[in-house]
Amino acid sequence: MTASVDIGNVDLTYKGVSGGVLALKGTTLNVERGEFAAVVGPSGCGKSSLMKLVTGLVPADTGEIVIFGDKVRGPVKIAGMAFQNPNLLPWRKVVDNVLLPLEIVQPHRQRFRSHKAEYREQARALLATVGLDGFGERYPWELSGGMQQRVSLCRALIHQPALLMLDEPFAALDAFTREELWCVLRDLWQKLRFTVILVTHDLREAAFLADTIHVMSARPGRIVMSKPVDLRRPRDLDICFEPQFIEIVHELRAKIAEVRQA
Amino acid sequence: MNTTLEKLSPWLFTIGIFVLWEAACRFFNIDTFILPSPSETFAAMAQHWWPLMRHSFVTLWTTMAGFALAVAFGIVLGLIVGWSRTIYRGLYPVMIGFNCIPKVAVVPILIMWFGIGEVPAILTAFLISFFPIVVNVATGLATMEPELEDVLRALGARKLDIMLKVGIPRTQPYLFGSLKVAITLAFVGTVVSETVGANAGLGYQIALAGSSFQMPLVFAALLLLAVEGIAMYAVFAYIEVYFTRWAFRSSMSAAA
Ligand SMILES: Nc1ncnc2c1ncn2[C@@H]1O[C@H](COP(=O)(O)OP(=O)(O)OP(=O)(O)O)[C@@H](O)[C@H]1O
Ligand SMILES: [Mg+2]
Repeated sequence: MTASVDIGNVDLTYKGVSGGVLALKGTTLNVERGEFAAVVGPSGCGKSSLMKLVTGLVPADTGEIVIFGDKVRGPVKIAGMAFQNPNLLPWRKVVDNVLLPLEIVQPHRQRFRSHKAEYREQARALLATVGLDGFGERYPWELSGGMQQRVSLCRALIHQPALLMLDEPFAALDAFTREELWCVLRDLWQKLRFTVILVTHDLREAAFLADTIHVMSARPGRIVMSKPVDLRRPRDLDICFEPQFIEIVHELRAKIAEVRQA
Repeated sequence: MNTTLEKLSPWLFTIGIFVLWEAACRFFNIDTFILPSPSETFAAMAQHWWPLMRHSFVTLWTTMAGFALAVAFGIVLGLIVGWSRTIYRGLYPVMIGFNCIPKVAVVPILIMWFGIGEVPAILTAFLISFFPIVVNVATGLATMEPELEDVLRALGARKLDIMLKVGIPRTQPYLFGSLKVAITLAFVGTVVSETVGANAGLGYQIALAGSSFQMPLVFAALLLLAVEGIAMYAVFAYIEVYFTRWAFRSSMSAAA
């Protein structure tokens, strides 16, 4: 396996009117191709900033970020992203929301008009895999929060990105819906095998989904622990009650408590 | 029963005001030169119906012309201002300053440039009504969710893509909301200009009738002006709901 995301000793400062904020300092992180990585850490430690760095939305002060062999200089053009807020466009039907990336990313962008029917079919099929069969022609406001988040996931995946960036995508959902969506994401990942970086506050979520869990220190953030999760695959929700799983969660919890103290 | 009452209430209130007005005029025996009663006003309206019609029409079309200019110019300027922070910061003080200038002070200049006639009225309507459109369009662009922008930029979207796919559609409720405000302002602009210097229009009629103490005619013209304003407001309120139904249904609400 080759590295798909390689962050080498990166610093990041936000310049503001009342002085700069040092968000990341000496952050180093490696994610293999097809790996599911999770990032956890105390609030405000720079997890979202890390996502913006990897996708090239903000430039690093120092250090280097390499994605699939290419140094990141500007927005990366291939990453799918989803956030805590589904951010759907209320004037578009669900299926047209999912199709949005194809109107932007090459080579779909050029083919979009002529192959619209085909693309719509793809979008419907993807919606069906997340349990939204038949909801394509509805508007986002007709959907519940959990359903909107599924649409947001579909939008992040429709162009089959090599890299999926998720920033607390399930944080606003109730516990049952959240676990349901863990399984949706797990199945999509098992099938398509993209590289994922998932930012989360939920340690069980990280342990359930990820191959490796990276723990960040308080601001300025850097990776203080990278914990491989050697649980069997495929995982089902029952795994959350097994001693090995609970042990991993405990260990992460202790580490985060420790970095919050520091 | 309650809903029919609610539907009728605008009419009931309007009639109620006229009744109160009429009663006050009769009870306190108010002189027609001070405040003509509604019956006198309507009588004047019937008597002078032809000039009033003609002037109403002039005011209506000059207002619509000025308003149309304001919409076109306001949308373009709003998009430019909302596009870039630098332009926003540069232009905003200038626009605020411009908006603070009473337009009645500009009318004599316009009359000097373009002569007495419809042109100053159109331009005054334009000058007074484009500002809320610019501000609302720019606000619609500027309040775009940064995360949504991130999603698109991480796909390699250029600024123009983001504007076309997200910025401009999401500006629509702000735009249509501002049109209701702008159209009433446009009427104010037209009438101000017509009052200062014109040879047609309701403003001209008001000034003319006022100078010969025909108070019932003044009030008749004022009433017609109010009717035109309400009618146009209703038209744009309807257009707003029609074009931005999604904004009324989803939580995103339009700016006034
Ligand atoms: N656009 C910005 N301008 C200035 N400072 C910023 C900006 N974005 C983030 N910061 C600062 O950078 C630090 C890290 O922010 P970031 O959003 O990456 O944290 P986070 O780990 O995602 O937090 P949370 O878990 O609460 O989402 C914070 O202290 C914040 O104040
Ligand atoms: Mg965050």
